[in-house]
Amino acid sequence: MSQRDEQLKLIDIEIEKHKGDASSLMQVMQYSQDIMGYVPMDVQVRIAEGLGVTLSEVYGVATFYSQFALEPKGKYLISVCLGTACYVRGSQSVLDRICEELNVEPGKTSGDGLFTVEATRCIGACGLAPVITINDEVHGRLTADDVPNILKPYLKG
Amino acid sequence: MITLTIDGTEVKVEKGTTVLEAARKAHIHIPTLCFLKDLNEIGACRICVVDAGARNLQASCVLEAQDGMVVKTNTPRVREARRTILELILSNHDKKCLSCVRSQNCELQKLSLELGIEDGEALGGERTHYEIDESSVSIVRDNNKCILCRRCVAACSKTQGCGVIGAVNRGFKTSIESPWELPINQTACIRCGQCIAACPVGALYTRNEIDRVWDMLADDSLYTVVQTAPAVRAALGEEFGMPMGTNVTGKMAAALRRLSFDKVFDTDFAADLTIMEEAVELVNRIKTGGVLPMITSCSPGWISYCEAYYPEFIPNLSSCKSPHEMLGAIVKSYYAEKMDIPVEKIRVVSIMPCTAKKYEAKRPELAANGYPDVDAVLTTRELARMIKTAGIDFARLPDEDFDSAFGESTGASVIFGTTGGVMEAALRTAYDVLTGESLEELDFHQVRGVKNIKEASIKIGDNTINVAVVHGTANAKELLETIKAGEKEYHFIEVMGCPGGCVTGGGQPIVPAQERIDVDPRIERAKALYSADAEKPLRKSHENPSIIKLYEEFLEEPNSYKAHHLLHTKYTQKSKYPALEK
Repeated sequence: MSQRDEQLKLIDIEIEKHKGDASSLMQVMQYSQDIMGYVPMDVQVRIAEGLGVTLSEVYGVATFYSQFALEPKGKYLISVCLGTACYVRGSQSVLDRICEELNVEPGKTSGDGLFTVEATRCIGACGLAPVITINDEVHGRLTADDVPNILKPYLKG
Repeated sequence: MITLTIDGTEVKVEKGTTVLEAARKAHIHIPTLCFLKDLNEIGACRICVVDAGARNLQASCVLEAQDGMVVKTNTPRVREARRTILELILSNHDKKCLSCVRSQNCELQKLSLELGIEDGEALGGERTHYEIDESSVSIVRDNNKCILCRRCVAACSKTQGCGVIGAVNRGFKTSIESPWELPINQTACIRCGQCIAACPVGALYTRNEIDRVWDMLADDSLYTVVQTAPAVRAALGEEFGMPMGTNVTGKMAAALRRLSFDKVFDTDFAADLTIMEEAVELVNRIKTGGVLPMITSCSPGWISYCEAYYPEFIPNLSSCKSPHEMLGAIVKSYYAEKMDIPVEKIRVVSIMPCTAKKYEAKRPELAANGYPDVDAVLTTRELARMIKTAGIDFARLPDEDFDSAFGESTGASVIFGTTGGVMEAALRTAYDVLTGESLEELDFHQVRGVKNIKEASIKIGDNTINVAVVHGTANAKELLETIKAGEKEYHFIEVMGCPGGCVTGGGQPIVPAQERIDVDPRIERAKALYSADAEKPLRKSHENPSIIKLYEEFLEEPNSYKAHHLLHTKYTQKSKYPALEK
């Protein structure tokens, strides 16, 4: 059984738990997001059929909340804080540099599937502004020129 | 009852009434945009704000009237708020009123005039731009005109149980789309056009076939035949300022003749033919243990719904083609032969209350003689536009008859245009066929009216026939689920895809939301058909002399080999998520 089939099996079990319960929509979508890294179309159809809502509702929720992704996220999720404190200390140039180095647009995943770059709102680490997170690691007080060195260890995959 | 004061006038209303409704009792029409009675009462657009004494203005469509409440609907603050809301909507609207099909019947345009909107900076600013979706043969979506009221979304999901469109993204980027922003023809849209009927502006409209028909009419080498569905005559007059419920059969026939169609026939004739075939099919299924309940097949919106959403009921569908397809098939066989006209020179144009019929006419299986049974389908609205283009003074036209051969019809056929009508017509004939007697009491009141699901048990001779009637595919869904669960058993079910049946089909004149607060077009238009039925000398399909002649000269008997070849069809399962299978 492929990894994807296993993931689908788990999602089906989760859907079964909430069968016909439209109010569980976000919860089930979040489950898919957590185990697959995104909520693909076939999963959205499974959720719609299982919970008794329309696919339009599922897709509407998926595009409304930024926590849901429609494409697979990369192995490394780089979140660049664009909260007020980080922004005034130059996080936009950090974000631009990351995108330039990895050849990827904000919100998208690099061609090799390694990196997804996101702009986020305040993550509550203003003391470290400008701050980024790569998965669960925090890198603070950055300038654009620090970016290549920070990315280096992750580039190996 | 509770009492409140609106603009200085005391109003008594039932508890639970909204301020919007209460104001109408004081003869004050509070403006609305997103509001559509019983369907979309969500307070989203805020244009209906009033001062009800709270710190902020409140949306009257969702504000429940309270005893002693003092409401002001026309203060400077209220007027200013409404104007700002309208300017914000207009600033991201393309304002191409000159070429918009909804011009003069647009709720946004009307409000702009009423609130005194001036062109200027307030209407400028950032705009979103969308490709127009012309992928469907029935419905066009132009999101550049969309005001995000969500009335179409409510019609699609609540009334029709389809939900193939919804709000996508958020904030300024919000738009009404199909999942994955797919073109609408890559969804399980049933093309009923209820989204068009719900749209306050020109963001949704019919795929126009007027120019194709003008070309046919201009080509002297072609023999053009037009036919009109029962429901068209009950609503066409509204496009020319006549009151809702005016029956314009005679003027419609006169107008079509002046548009230079070679023959003006009546789909009502074919409705009688449908009853002959369908009643016999039902009797045969009952007698021989065929698949029951049998479900009517006249409504192409319903057929598409069944094929995609409930394919397990496909064997239950009557094999009868819909009436206009039957007439097309007969014109291109029996009539062509009799009149000695080459089939390839005949063009059959159907005037329908329906956008789904445009798709139906293009189904490859509906081409009994090697050519499509029907060549073009125009909605009631498109016909009205042609009549206006031609400068025909519709209201003053004389009442004329349809052309003979396929112009004669009974009362049973004319009620085909409203929910319960096909059932009633079929019962009148089935009774006589099953008992060999003549039914005296012809009005089946149990199946009339706009209740969501109507049921009746009809005693016919020694048999009791259990029937059900539903309209709007969401109601069909509810009924089919009770059958699947084994809770209900019927012999015969009528389903019409649109709520109210064809009189309020997706191709009919659009009734503004404000008007719908006071009148129910489903009821008013149906009245025109029921009185036409009552006035007809013949009210049973099998008594139509032209039908009797057609069977004698050509078809032999209902469900004969020839009738099956020309008048019956079959259905195939369609995907509910076509995009997923690619």
